[in-house]
Amino acid sequence: MYQLSGVTKRYRRGKATVQALDGVDLAIEDGGRLVIQGPTGGGKSTLLQMLGGLDRPDSGSVLLDGVDLATLPESRLTRVRAEKIGFVFQGFNLVPTLTAQENVETALVPLGLRPRERRERAGEVLASVGLGERRGHLPGELSGGQQQRVAIARALVKSPAVLLADEPTGNLDESTRDEIMDLLETLWEDNGLTFVMVTHDTALARRAPRLATIRKGRVTIREQVAGRG
Amino acid sequence: MFFTYLRRELRRRRKAALVVASGLALGIALVIVVGAVSEGMSQAQARVLQSLYGLGTDMTVTKAAEPPGEGQAQGRPRFEFDAKESGDDSDQSSDMVIVQGQSLADSTVAKVADQDGVADTVGGLSARVMKVNGQFTRGEIEPGQTPPGGGRGGDGGEGGSGGDRVRGGGAAFDVNSYTLFGTDVAQQDLGPLTSSSITSGRTFKAAETDAEVAVVDSAYAKEQKLKVGGKLTVSGTAYAVIGIATADSGDAAANVYVPLKQAQTLADAKGKVTTVYVRATDSQRIDAVKAAVQKNVPDTTVTTSADLADTVSGSLSTAADLASGVGRWLSVIVLAAAFVVAGLLTSSAVSRRVREFGTLKALGWRSGRVTRQVVGEALVNGLIGGALGIALGLAGAWAVTAFGPTLTAELGRGTGGFGGGGFGGGGPARQTAGRAVDIALTAPVSLGAIGLAVGLAVAGGLVAGAFGGWRASRLRPADALRRIA
Repeated sequence: MYQLSGVTKRYRRGKATVQALDGVDLAIEDGGRLVIQGPTGGGKSTLLQMLGGLDRPDSGSVLLDGVDLATLPESRLTRVRAEKIGFVFQGFNLVPTLTAQENVETALVPLGLRPRERRERAGEVLASVGLGERRGHLPGELSGGQQQRVAIARALVKSPAVLLADEPTGNLDESTRDEIMDLLETLWEDNGLTFVMVTHDTALARRAPRLATIRKGRVTIREQVAGRG
Repeated sequence: MFFTYLRRELRRRRKAALVVASGLALGIALVIVVGAVSEGMSQAQARVLQSLYGLGTDMTVTKAAEPPGEGQAQGRPRFEFDAKESGDDSDQSSDMVIVQGQSLADSTVAKVADQDGVADTVGGLSARVMKVNGQFTRGEIEPGQTPPGGGRGGDGGEGGSGGDRVRGGGAAFDVNSYTLFGTDVAQQDLGPLTSSSITSGRTFKAAETDAEVAVVDSAYAKEQKLKVGGKLTVSGTAYAVIGIATADSGDAAANVYVPLKQAQTLADAKGKVTTVYVRATDSQRIDAVKAAVQKNVPDTTVTTSADLADTVSGSLSTAADLASGVGRWLSVIVLAAAFVVAGLLTSSAVSRRVREFGTLKALGWRSGRVTRQVVGEALVNGLIGGALGIALGLAGAWAVTAFGPTLTAELGRGTGGFGGGGFGGGGPARQTAGRAVDIALTAPVSLGAIGLAVGLAVAGGLVAGAFGGWRASRLRPADALRRIA
């Protein structure tokens, strides 16, 4: 699925230059599951953004199904994001003025579906994450766990090939965290997704079959025996 | 999704939306009111000018002013009466018709008509009738004694020489002065009479080129108690009053209208006119026609409506200057400020929505779609501002019309070309020089003004949207998400 070669990324923070990624080589197989861990500022989110086509490396290549996201024109990159990649963010990032249903529909807008089809698909996915009854609620009327479920539904409604999650349980309490992780793992298994997640949480990291640790822009991969809970 | 999203965002940010819309509304309302007042001023000026010129006249041709000493053969009017015997208290009366200003040969009318760009011409003779009516009695000589040292001079009705004394005698008379205009009855669609409507009786017939008939201005008719069917005697000729004319606005161009030939006879000005009224074929060519007439018809002065408008002074002129100067600039400044504030507020709103727009871009929304959303919201704000502005502007224009002051237009005062009313003038445009006309200030709002307001509202929305849209389009999803991480 993914093949990263010699990916380097620097950016300026004030007067200093931060080496976020330093020659990263990484392969993620189709349907695989990878957890990225590392200290704050180590380059975890930058790596996730490279995988999601949200940012481009200074050098190196990021191949997704053989297409180099590093050199793809902006319009095609936008199309790749719209069709193939689902994002889940730590802060949920829901549009506060739109209902749960409408938030899920925003992911289908770039695909040019008819409003009726959008509504039906969004309704089905919301039901699958247990929020069928809350589809008309605004994000402000939902709990943190429910908001993250809406965000997961939004990521999955377009049936992406890849699900990228950046600290998806970072804002949740322990019981809700486990609930969300169970949901994500179920969806991964059921949908045959390639699932990459950034987390600080060691307990969650242990649940993945592959762990990528990133320090000072360099990645180390460790295969591990995964287990839930 | 576009409209749902737009509606929800406007509802959520209704305070900010109201601020943006109110700013635009203020600017737009000001533009409407200033525009309406300016239009009212223009209409008032046009009404004033129409009262001088008549409808459809683009310019007048008069004889060029001559150097002092020339062309003043008429001098002051002189009336001669024989004194009546003592005890005879019957009235004596005399009137005199004096051409106002300098006259042109009536062949000038045809010469002017031959010029390029001239559609129609008509000649007219403007005159003033001075009528003196009263008693003139002779003094009586009373024989008396011669005082020591000779006779005693006196003034008034008393005087004497030798031993006789003169007692009594003197004069008591009224002077009535009014304006008379000789109009070409064969061509009545041009000239001063077109600015009046016949409110009683009828106007001249084309065949009445030398008939002893008169149309009298309603104000003068009321003053002199003249009615249709009555008689008006001028220099011994009794004119049948066939119609009463009421000026459409302001004062009438003349008190009495008679056929041109009659006026020429009365004023002893056969074959003369004082003014040629000209209608151009194209209102855009007036300056060219003016130049052609001045070049090809010597010793004439050509006065266009624009020239005459320059001579309008008084509070109407001051208000018009204020409306076109201060008012217009104030509108532009307020509007520009409203546009900039709307733009900055929209831009600031985009800054507060970085995460939202970054997320949408991460979901695959193109920059154009995000920009459209921002511009759409700004445009609706602009339209709300436009609607408020139109309502406010209409209310303002209504208030100006309802409670606005009456303005005074002073015509021709202080300008060489039109100065010297009364005997120094030359045609209605000149004879009325120096007179004041009261005009009620109105503020008509045209459909064009409403269209302009809508255009400004859209422009305001687009300007604000451009500020915000530009920011939104430059937003990179990675930067947006990094900034809030």
